[in-house]
Amino acid sequence: MSKEISELNLPDDVKYTDDHEWARLEGENLKIGITDYAQDQLGEIVFVEMPEVGDTLERKEEFGSLESVKAVSEMYMPIGGEIVSINEELGDAPELVNEDPYGKGWIIEIKPGDPTELDSLVNKDAYLEMLKGLE
Amino acid sequence: MRYLPHTSEDMASMLQKVGVESLDALFSTIPEDCRRKDDLNLPEPMSEWELNDHMNTLAGTMAVSPEYKVFLGAGSYDHYIPEAIKHLLMRSEVYTAYTPYQPEISQGTLQTIYEYQTLITRLLGMEVANASMYDGASSLAEALLMAIRITRRKKVAVSNAIHPLYRRVVQTYFAPTGYEIVEIPYLANGRTDLSALDNLEELAAVAVQSPNFFGCIEDLKEIGEKVHTAKKTLFVTCFTEPLAYGLLKSPGSLGADIVCGEGQSLGVSRSFGGPGLGIFASLNKYVRNMPGRLIGQTVDKDGKRGFVLTLATREQHIRREKATSNICSNQGLCATAATMYMASLGGTGFRELAGLNRDKAEYLKGELKKVGFTISFDSPTFNEFVAESPAGFETTYKKLLKRKIVAGLSLAPYYPELDDHYLFCVTETSSKEDMDALVKEVTS
Repeated sequence: MSKEISELNLPDDVKYTDDHEWARLEGENLKIGITDYAQDQLGEIVFVEMPEVGDTLERKEEFGSLESVKAVSEMYMPIGGEIVSINEELGDAPELVNEDPYGKGWIIEIKPGDPTELDSLVNKDAYLEMLKGLE
Repeated sequence: MRYLPHTSEDMASMLQKVGVESLDALFSTIPEDCRRKDDLNLPEPMSEWELNDHMNTLAGTMAVSPEYKVFLGAGSYDHYIPEAIKHLLMRSEVYTAYTPYQPEISQGTLQTIYEYQTLITRLLGMEVANASMYDGASSLAEALLMAIRITRRKKVAVSNAIHPLYRRVVQTYFAPTGYEIVEIPYLANGRTDLSALDNLEELAAVAVQSPNFFGCIEDLKEIGEKVHTAKKTLFVTCFTEPLAYGLLKSPGSLGADIVCGEGQSLGVSRSFGGPGLGIFASLNKYVRNMPGRLIGQTVDKDGKRGFVLTLATREQHIRREKATSNICSNQGLCATAATMYMASLGGTGFRELAGLNRDKAEYLKGELKKVGFTISFDSPTFNEFVAESPAGFETTYKKLLKRKIVAGLSLAPYYPELDDHYLFCVTETSSKEDMDALVKEVTS
């Protein structure tokens, strides 16, 4: 475990947050998950605690938690909005977050409350710079 | 525990070593207003002889069984404790064991707790039990907070027939939270009045005790069905006398979501009210919101059975203020006693003992009726019941106390409307002669 920064998978088609989450616009909705860096740091994920569909949460509000064998970490809303779906598959297969963080390991889908908040998210290069600062 | 006093020379050399001038300087990092300014007002020390005399005098002011015949339960029960348990508990590897902080090295401790959890889930008909909590009252408070975490609602309903002191502990836990407690009244038959329950959809939990504080057995099935007409609302049941489940259907089989209560009855001495044993069990789907520690069974790399602390990532020492609860301990010794007790009696012995408690209590109930007592509530009871006394019983009560008989608990301080009502408890330790002596004194 613990990849070098150069080994991280950081796709171009998503935006990033400083809480190590990614967000991808799909139509009008936003799909949200955690980055390759976050899953690598947490290690083997054994449980994903998710919000309920229909909940409305603010930007930076906690929407769930990830439990690895070592720790439990909270996840925060990249932007405010209503939860329109959660990844039910993670109930039986939380390891999908480790195996495919940007694909099958997505966590929630939201309907953005205020689309201008999307501007607060950063692109791959800015996120990469931030990670380098953490080294 | 060994007491190692520090001489002034010891202290001076330690202070010199760490490089501070005085004790006050050592404590200077503690905020000023948290420090005591004057000395403790303590009496002069006693010699060993004086101390023994002092303790004997104190003990003489107490009414203790078996010297006294104590018909008193109300959350603390006088049961025979098999000698084998007293002996085993005095083994140092048992009584020195604390809640495991370097858990996996203490396989014996973990296995004991695992067996405790297994026996508790069987007794209560539940899917998972934790390693225990402080006592029945704090277990109830934790159960209600757990329901609030699960449902994300802010209100709980608590039956007035739950032990009054348990309800006070719940109020203490809830006071700083802003969550609301709604009280549910009791009926003329001593059971919880469900018709008073409305707006179930707003409630995180409905909590009842069975047998309740009046000794009455609640209809858990009916209550559970009503509670579950609301989709998310949780049914919490608690108890002060787990021996009752030797006869009664388990709360789990009657629809409880969380079951909690006091385990003192299971081989733990009454010790003037503590320490107790907080029993806590839940359905498996709520396990991640359960407070306390949990021991699991697994296999090592060679495939051999072993025991581990599971879900510790949610405990306070790892998750700090985000922990599910601020309890980070368990009642290791009392839980061990309870495990030994349940294992010693076995299922059959447990059932027989429960039957004996119930039958003896029914005998006293019948005899008291003959001498002018009225049985206050007509619901079925286990080893406790409430009776309204005939006129002048207060004087009789004092006379009985002089004859070393404690004739129940006056309910007036807890339920002002139940003036002249007494809560009687009869366990296997009360003989027919004891009960007859009590009844005879009432008539004389």
